[in-house]
Amino acid sequence: MFKKVLSLCLAVLMVAALGVFMSSCEKTNDDFKLGVILLHDEASTYDLNFIEAVERAKTQLGLTDAQVIYKKNIPESNECYEAAADLVDEGCDVIFADSFGHETYMIKAAKEFTSVQFCHATGTMAHTEGLANYHNAFASIYEGRFLAGVAAGLKLNEMIEAGTITAEQAKIGYVGAFTYAEVISGYTSFYLGAKYVCPSVTMDVQFTGSWYDEIKEKDAATALINNNCVLISQHADSMGAPSVCEEKNVPNVSYNGSTVASCPNTFIISSKIDWTPYVVYICESAKAGTEIAVDWTGTIATGSVALAEVNTQAAAEGTQAKIDEIKALMASGDLHVFDTATFTVGGETLTSYMADVDTDAAYEKDTEVIADGYFHESEFRSAPYFDIQIDGITLLNTNFG
Amino acid sequence: MRNRDKQAHEPPFHVVKRDGVPLWKSMTIRVLAVVFGLLLCSILAVFLIDANPVEFITTLFDGAFGSARRLWKFGKDASVLLCIALAITPAFRMRFWNIGAEGQTLIGALASVAVAYYLGDSIPNGALLPLMLLASVAAGAVWGGLPAVFKAKWETNETLFTLMMNYAASGLVAYFLLLWTPSGSSVLGALSVGHLPIVIHEYFLLIAAVLVLTVLIYIYLQYTKQGYEISVVGESENTARYIGIGVSRVIIRTMLVSGAVCGIAGFLIVSALDHSVTTTTVGGMGFTAIMVSWLAKFNPLVMIGTSAFITFLQQGSAQITTNFNIDSAFPDMVVGIVLFFIIGCEFFINYKLAFRKTSKKGGRAK
Repeated sequence: MFKKVLSLCLAVLMVAALGVFMSSCEKTNDDFKLGVILLHDEASTYDLNFIEAVERAKTQLGLTDAQVIYKKNIPESNECYEAAADLVDEGCDVIFADSFGHETYMIKAAKEFTSVQFCHATGTMAHTEGLANYHNAFASIYEGRFLAGVAAGLKLNEMIEAGTITAEQAKIGYVGAFTYAEVISGYTSFYLGAKYVCPSVTMDVQFTGSWYDEIKEKDAATALINNNCVLISQHADSMGAPSVCEEKNVPNVSYNGSTVASCPNTFIISSKIDWTPYVVYICESAKAGTEIAVDWTGTIATGSVALAEVNTQAAAEGTQAKIDEIKALMASGDLHVFDTATFTVGGETLTSYMADVDTDAAYEKDTEVIADGYFHESEFRSAPYFDIQIDGITLLNTNFG
Repeated sequence: MRNRDKQAHEPPFHVVKRDGVPLWKSMTIRVLAVVFGLLLCSILAVFLIDANPVEFITTLFDGAFGSARRLWKFGKDASVLLCIALAITPAFRMRFWNIGAEGQTLIGALASVAVAYYLGDSIPNGALLPLMLLASVAAGAVWGGLPAVFKAKWETNETLFTLMMNYAASGLVAYFLLLWTPSGSSVLGALSVGHLPIVIHEYFLLIAAVLVLTVLIYIYLQYTKQGYEISVVGESENTARYIGIGVSRVIIRTMLVSGAVCGIAGFLIVSALDHSVTTTTVGGMGFTAIMVSWLAKFNPLVMIGTSAFITFLQQGSAQITTNFNIDSAFPDMVVGIVLFFIIGCEFFINYKLAFRKTSKKGGRAK
């Protein structure tokens, strides 16, 4: 028995030595490298969106395949730190991670490898950590959601005019992942966009308690449709909700990219964050040795908030024109998504709200975010912090489906 | 007549049980199986990822052993897997098909995090760590013990029961994460308390602890009365009853041990690595551990080798997806193919094919 163990151990040691020897032969002449840490792989629409952005940035910057290293399927655990450390060993100058739960492990790596830049999408802690080489980024996706909401509102108006529903029956169903600011900010801005053109609209929200669960998302969408919702949108990563909509011929506003290919009759429009500008920005900054913003918020202007092409098959007439018109109003500052005049909370107009912007163990509400008549989303930090339940939106459940 | 009939129906070959295959022979067969498995993988690599076989093999080794950091990670990952495999081994030797190691480890991890979350600020680290360990061991034991009690008292199916307990554990983790994150994000992040001290290297204590545990479990199974009872119950419950072993008692006691060791694994994952918990903390290792234990024929010392081997395959092939930027299903294929060859070779170690003897005239029997 001991002989067997000994021989196994020896074999392992020998191949180990061989491995070290072989890898030491590798040499690269490229001076810049980008490392990308992904929670899942191409199969998830969320991660695919990042992969596509990195690939576009790679083309724009003229990077070779060897200069971009992907680490896929990295869970939100110490493995994220290990992946980051391994990327440092591989000679990466910038390391980018895509999932919220990667954050504390990215910070651990940033503290250890001070000469490497660590950039983390959707995180909230960079502005309070005070590390020179750790950065957060997000985009003002609520603006994109608002515009997608406008397209939904126009569709409802078309249904009301055609007599298929009354104004009071204009109810949207929304499938959300978690009862969390990122999702709340998303569905509220979407609702306000619809309300902007269709004042009688109401909305039901059903949560799945998971970012990716096709069955739960399908069930939630089906329940909403059975509950007289005449249009569906979602903030979760599978094709669950869009596919139910196509099956039941209910119009759908999608997320994270167009689903028109599988839903040609019901897909109206979709909003998404385009991470390309950010990836280009961090690579160029690292190459030039200039500082990367601690907390970067992409906007429509930077090209970070993108809308997929309107599907004229399903959308109401004049949708694109209306979107362009409102986009211009946003750009000029004449329209704010979270304008306090456009919504009420418990029948009252909000004049003050303390949001939890700085991460702390007690989840203390620390920052006044209402000023000049609107809620200042994504200004005090890039990740969303709008977590208010407004009138007109009914939560069918919280957290769990 | 009868003889002729038999000849006419004799298949081209038949399977004969082999006895007493010498160790060197069986080991050679196993090594050959691995070599053939890897060879097939490298041929597939040529077609699927456009890499030459040499590149494929070097990347495999580079991924697992290519740097000091990767070696440590390799040792750490193999140790965690080994720890869970050690946990399920006593139950498997008893022929109690415990596929609930995933849940038993996860609930252990949850218990550690809960202790650190609630008590971390009020008591020093030195007192916190033993409490975490205790909580994990207790939680794991309960998760393992419950199916055993039901099996012993009411003859419930342990496979289904332990599987069900996995879902229960994962549901509880999801529940507590929501409770602990008022923002609703369900992401707890790394806690700043309850960290195992760093000796020599971040992973050293974990690896050392698992190796000590390996020896202890080996001694427990091989040289103690309880270990002997486990083997007897596994061989035949009737024999066990006949010689006066309380079968129910042994089943429950053994599953408590199994669950408790899973709890230790959960504690190690939390205190030495993640400092946090998610529903995917164990990440399927509870099932991979079954393979580790089975390949080693339930011998804890041999399991050092099998867990190292499976970790090598996983890490090496993960490096292949990184280097060649291909679909991440490829590592699973590599592991699957090699394991298929190894399991297949066990057949040739235990049996041999006897080919039909042709008749004396050299022709087929009519």
